[in-house]
Amino acid sequence: MTQRNPISGWGRQFVEGEELQPETLEGAPAVLFRGLGRSYGDSSLPAASSPTVVTTTRANRIIAFDPATGVLRAESGFSLADMNRTFLPRGWFTPVTPGTAYVTLGGMVAADVHGKNHHVDGCFGSHVRRLKMRVADGRILECGPDLERELFLATVGGMGLTGQILEVEFGLRRIPTPWIWQESEKVSDIDEYIAKLKEAAPRWPMTVGWIDCLAKGANMGRGFLMKGRWAQAHEAPARFPRELPHFTFPFTAPEVMLSQPAVKAFNFALYASHFQKKKVGLVDPFRFFYPLDLIHDWNRMYGKRGFTQYQCVLPDSAGQGAARRFLEVLTKRGGASFLCVIKDCGPESPAYLSFPRSGISIALDIAVRNDTQELVDALNEHVLGEGGRIYLAKDHFTRPEHFRAMETRLPAFQAVRDRWDPHHTFKSAQSVRLFGD
Amino acid sequence: MGRSLARKFVERGDSVAVLGRDLEELQKSQADLQARGSPGVRVVSVKCDLEAPETFRASLEQAEQGLEGLDTVVVTAGLFATQEKLEQDPALAHKVLTVDFANTVVFCEEARKKLLLHGKGTLCVFSSVAGDRARKPVVLYGAAKAGLSAYLEGLDHKYRAQGLTTICVKPGFVKTAMTAGLPVPPFAGDPDEVAQIVIEGIDAGTPVVYAPRIWQAVMTAIKAMPRFVMRRAKF
Ligand SMILES: Cc1cc2nc3c(=O)[nH]c(=O)nc-3n(C[C@H](O)[C@H](O)[C@H](O)COP(=O)(O)OP(=O)(O)OC[C@H]3O[C@@H](n4cnc5c(N)ncnc54)[C@H](O)[C@@H]3O)c2cc1C
Ligand SMILES: NC(=O)c1ccc[n+]([C@@H]2O[C@H](COP(=O)([O-])OP(=O)(O)OC[C@H]3O[C@@H](n4cnc5c(N)ncnc54)[C@H](OP(=O)(O)O)[C@@H]3O)[C@@H](O)[C@H]2O)c1
Repeated sequence: MTQRNPISGWGRQFVEGEELQPETLEGAPAVLFRGLGRSYGDSSLPAASSPTVVTTTRANRIIAFDPATGVLRAESGFSLADMNRTFLPRGWFTPVTPGTAYVTLGGMVAADVHGKNHHVDGCFGSHVRRLKMRVADGRILECGPDLERELFLATVGGMGLTGQILEVEFGLRRIPTPWIWQESEKVSDIDEYIAKLKEAAPRWPMTVGWIDCLAKGANMGRGFLMKGRWAQAHEAPARFPRELPHFTFPFTAPEVMLSQPAVKAFNFALYASHFQKKKVGLVDPFRFFYPLDLIHDWNRMYGKRGFTQYQCVLPDSAGQGAARRFLEVLTKRGGASFLCVIKDCGPESPAYLSFPRSGISIALDIAVRNDTQELVDALNEHVLGEGGRIYLAKDHFTRPEHFRAMETRLPAFQAVRDRWDPHHTFKSAQSVRLFGD
Repeated sequence: MGRSLARKFVERGDSVAVLGRDLEELQKSQADLQARGSPGVRVVSVKCDLEAPETFRASLEQAEQGLEGLDTVVVTAGLFATQEKLEQDPALAHKVLTVDFANTVVFCEEARKKLLLHGKGTLCVFSSVAGDRARKPVVLYGAAKAGLSAYLEGLDHKYRAQGLTTICVKPGFVKTAMTAGLPVPPFAGDPDEVAQIVIEGIDAGTPVVYAPRIWQAVMTAIKAMPRFVMRRAKF
C-alpha cells in the first residue's frame, strides 16, 4: 500500500507521503513518528527522500496508572484530550499542557512543550521519568533523566530525530478542584504588559496574554494579561465543569476574511468587549487552557495557502524594551498578524534543543503570502541580534544559517543524534531543511 | 472498534472480558481498560482464536468465570481483504469465509446457549453493510457477512421471546486498522462514534444497528438499484 497522500502540519503546508497508522508501535517500520500533527510547520512531515511516516494515534493505551502517586505510563499516541477526559474528573492533571489538548504524549516529549506555567514548572520533559524507545539499530530500550541520560536529553525536544518514542511515563498532579481562579486585566501598551507579566510571576503559577499586533504608536501592544491558579475547594462549585460544545470551521476561508480592515475590526471588538479594567472569577479549565479547541479545524480560517506560526524567545539578556523592539520590526512590515501571544519563560532545560529560556516568548500566526519568507527572515535577523531563538515545533520558513546561528547547542545535539542514528534513519522535512539531513 | 466499545463499557461501570488471539496484546488492553474503568470494574483477558472453533466453549466459560456472570456477548472480531487479493489467494478466501461466517456462527451458537441458560442476555455481532447488497469490491467478504446477517436475523426471530436479544451491527466504512490504506469514501465514520451508537443499540435492544446511522439510508438506496446498474457500478 504505497499510496501517496498529501500530509501537513497544523499550518496546512502539504507534502506528499505515505502515512501508516498501526495499532501497536513495536513492529512499525524504522521511519519518523508523528502524533496529531499539531506542530505548525514541517517537523512532523516526511522528508522527500524517506516518504513514509507512522502516525501513533491508534497506539493510545494506558499501560499503568498508580492512583497513590499519580504516575502514568501510556503508549505515545495517547492524547491529552483523552487524558483530560479520563483523569480530570478524578482530580489529576498533566504537569504541563500546551494550548491545545489535541496533542499526543510523543509530540509533547519530542517538542518538549511548555505551558502558561513555564516560569514555575518548566517544560513537559522535566516531568518525564521514563521513555520506552526504539532506536535506529532496532533495539528497544528505556531512558530517563538517570538512565541513558544523553539519549533522553536529546529525545526531549529532539523532534523525533533520535528514535521512536513508544511509551512515556510521567507524574500527573493532584489538583484541588477542576476549576481555575482567573484574574484578567486590560493592559494599555507593551511596556506595561511586560512589567505586569514579570510582576505576576512570583504570585501566579500560570500567566499568559495576548496583544493586538496591529495597534501602533501609543497603543502599541495593548492587550490582556490573564493570570490563573487552580481554585481551592471553598472557592469552586462541587460540580464538574461541562465541556463547551465544539464547532467545526465549515470551509477554507477566502482571503478577504484576512484583509487588514477585517482583522483590525475584529481586534478592536475583542479589546472593547473586555469592559472592565480587571476581571476576576472562576473559569473552566477547557476555556482557560484550550480556548482554540472549541473550533475544530480553525486552521482552515487561513485560506488555501495556509499559515505559519512564528514563535521566538527573547532572553532576559536582551534587556529592557526587547518586546517593544520586536513589535516595531513587525509593525514596520505592516502588521502581519492578528494577535500575538506573549508568555513568561523560566530557566532553560538541560534537554539539548528545548526551546524556552529565561525571558519572554512571543508567538504570532502569519497567513502565508508571497512575502512570508522575507518576513520570517527579517524577524529571525532581529531575534538573532537580541540573542534569542525560534521554536522548531512552529517553524516552516527559517533558513538553516539563521537556525545554526541562534542554536548554539546544535552541534552537541547533532553529535548525540549521530551516535544513536549514524545513517539518519529518522529524518523529517524539517531536519532536511535545517540540518541538511 | 472493539477497543472503543470496551472502553465505553468500563467507563460506565460494566465489567468486561476481552477475547483475542494474542495474549500479550490482550493483557495490555486489559491494563488500559482497568485504568480507564470506573472504580470496581473488573477486566479479564481470555485467549480465543476464531480459527479454532473447538476452543470457543472453554473461552466463553473462562470469561464467565472471570466476570462471575455474563449478560452480553459482543463479537467485533473479523477479517477483511480486498476482492482482488481474495480472488488471487484461494486459501485466504477460504479463511475469510470461514472466520467471518462459519466460525463466527459457531461462536455465536456457544454464546447463545450460555446466555439462554441464564434466561436472559444480549448477543451483539458485527456484520457489515457489505452483506446488504452484493457489490463488486466485496463479492466474497460480502457473501460471508450476508450469511452472518441472515443467521443473526434468524436467531432474533427464534429466541427473542425466550430472552435472548440479538443485535446485528452493520458498520458502514469506518476508519480503523482494517480499512487502512483504502480510499476513504463519503460518510466514513470513527470508531468512537460507532461505539456510542452500538452501546445505545445494545441498551435499546435494536435488532439491526447501522453505524454511522447515515448508512441505513445509503444502503436503502443501494439495495433499490436494479441489477443492470450494479453491474456497471464500481462501488
Ligand atoms: C492551537 C495550538 C496551541 C499550541 N500551544 C502550544 C503551547 O502553548 N506550548 C507549546 O510548547 N506548544 C504548543 N503548540 C504546539 C504543539 O504542542 C506541539 O507541536 C506538539 O509537538 C504537537 O504534538 P503532536 O502530537 O500533534 O505532534 P506532531 O505535530 O505530530 O509531531 C511533532 C514532533 O514530534 C515528533 N513526534 C511525535 N510523536 C513522536 C513519537 N512517538 N516518537 C518520536 N517523535 C515523535 C514528530 O516527529 C515531530 O517532530 C500548540 C499547537 C497548537 C495547534
Ligand atoms: N472498518 C470498517 O469499515 C468495517 C465495515 C464493516 C464491517 N466491519 C466489521 O466490523 C468488525 C470490526 O472491524 P474493525 O474495523 O474494528 O477491524 P479491526 O480493527 O481489524 O478489528 C478486527 C479484530 O478482529 C480480530 N481478529 C481477526 N482474526 C481473528 C481471529 N482469528 N481470532 C480472534 N480475533 C481475530 C483482530 O485481532 P488481531 O489484533 O489479533 O488481528 C482485530 O482485533 C469486523 O467484523 C469487520 O468485519 C468493519
